Amino acid sequence: MMSDFFDILLRAVFVENLALVFLLGMCTYIAVSKNVETAIGLGIAVILVQTITVPLNNLIYQQLLAPGALDWLDMGSLDLSFMKFVVFIGVIAASVQILDMVMERYTPVLHATLGVYLPLLTVNCAILGGSLLMVQRNYDLTQSVAYGIGSGIGWALAIIIFAAIRERLRYSNVPRGLEGLGLAFVVTGLLAFGFSGINGVVS
Amino acid sequence: MSIFTHFTQPLLRENPITVQILGLCSALAVSRSLEPALIMSLSVIAVLLFSNLSISLLRHIMPRSIRLILEVTIIASAVIVVDELIKTFAPDVSDYLSVFVGLIITNCIILGRAETFAIHHGPLESLADALGNGVGYAVILIFVALLRELLGTGAILDLQLLPTIDEGGWYRPNQIMSYASSAFFIIGFLIWGIRSWRIEQLEDEEYPTTPAPYRESA
Repeated sequence: MMSDFFDILLRAVFVENLALVFLLGMCTYIAVSKNVETAIGLGIAVILVQTITVPLNNLIYQQLLAPGALDWLDMGSLDLSFMKFVVFIGVIAASVQILDMVMERYTPVLHATLGVYLPLLTVNCAILGGSLLMVQRNYDLTQSVAYGIGSGIGWALAIIIFAAIRERLRYSNVPRGLEGLGLAFVVTGLLAFGFSGINGVVS
Repeated sequence: MSIFTHFTQPLLRENPITVQILGLCSALAVSRSLEPALIMSLSVIAVLLFSNLSISLLRHIMPRSIRLILEVTIIASAVIVVDELIKTFAPDVSDYLSVFVGLIITNCIILGRAETFAIHHGPLESLADALGNGVGYAVILIFVALLRELLGTGAILDLQLLPTIDEGGWYRPNQIMSYASSAFFIIGFLIWGIRSWRIEQLEDEEYPTTPAPYRESA
């Protein structure tokens, strides 16, 4: 049971890294990685939101939307799974909003560091992608907690490494046209290549 | 600006992927071969047209405070329809695209165009803008997919253009092309190419390397 938990967590961090293997949340990843401090703030926000929304969406999906979940109502066979897009994005938007208010009240310093990035997480594909992948793999509640934490940490790790590399790249002499966006893509490609090498390590 | 420029502007000069940095996730992830890339492009164009049109029609009656949630709901409804259509008519591609059809909801191009364009413009301009951005996205996606499929397998849509070694030809399929990272390299170098051609797209140098003109010490 416990080993299963850590297995899913480690796989989500390294082998199935949301940013570098599934390529999710790339817009934010490229746009908000110019320095390490903001990257760390954004990373923390993603871990928090992912840890909350993935298990929450799992509960909602298993109890309300999955085929046969509402059989006790005696309304014939209901399959509401097509509703998952609307419901998940609503849950994510609501949790982000609530998290935003709670953090403003209790951890004002961290809230100020995260700034505008917290509300923007609603439209980050990594968050919705995490929930959709969780449904696709039929995780139960414990597994989805592990997956939520792991995929959040994985995404945070990826953006912090990338921001650190980009800080160093500022001082290097690169062709004029490749500067900025172009080089960011090439570096991410190399990082993704590296991460695909971890594939065999955790089985 | 005329309606026509709203359409042509996002094709190259304001391309959503290479200039606005929007909608990258799906552009990178579904570009391994041409067929899913085509279906993905069509889905994005359809959702974009629908969302831009309806948001532009609703722009005067939408209360500002809840407009984001309304926009997301409109987009999500369109995506549900597209998802069901793909499941019905192209089940294999639906398996391959897996979560990426659902992720059109969070594709930044769609919300980005809704927020920056459709909410301020009439329905006709919004449709032109949606079509332009959708096609601009599709062009990059299809270019990357074409290159990856051709170099990765030597074939395009089951048509063997480069005979592979396994079948007695001369071409050795490039394994890197089946990794996601190859999409980054292709788009990165594509941006390099576009920016060398259209130098107005260059980013400002953060630390100019050319020496500053001689100034007398004050």
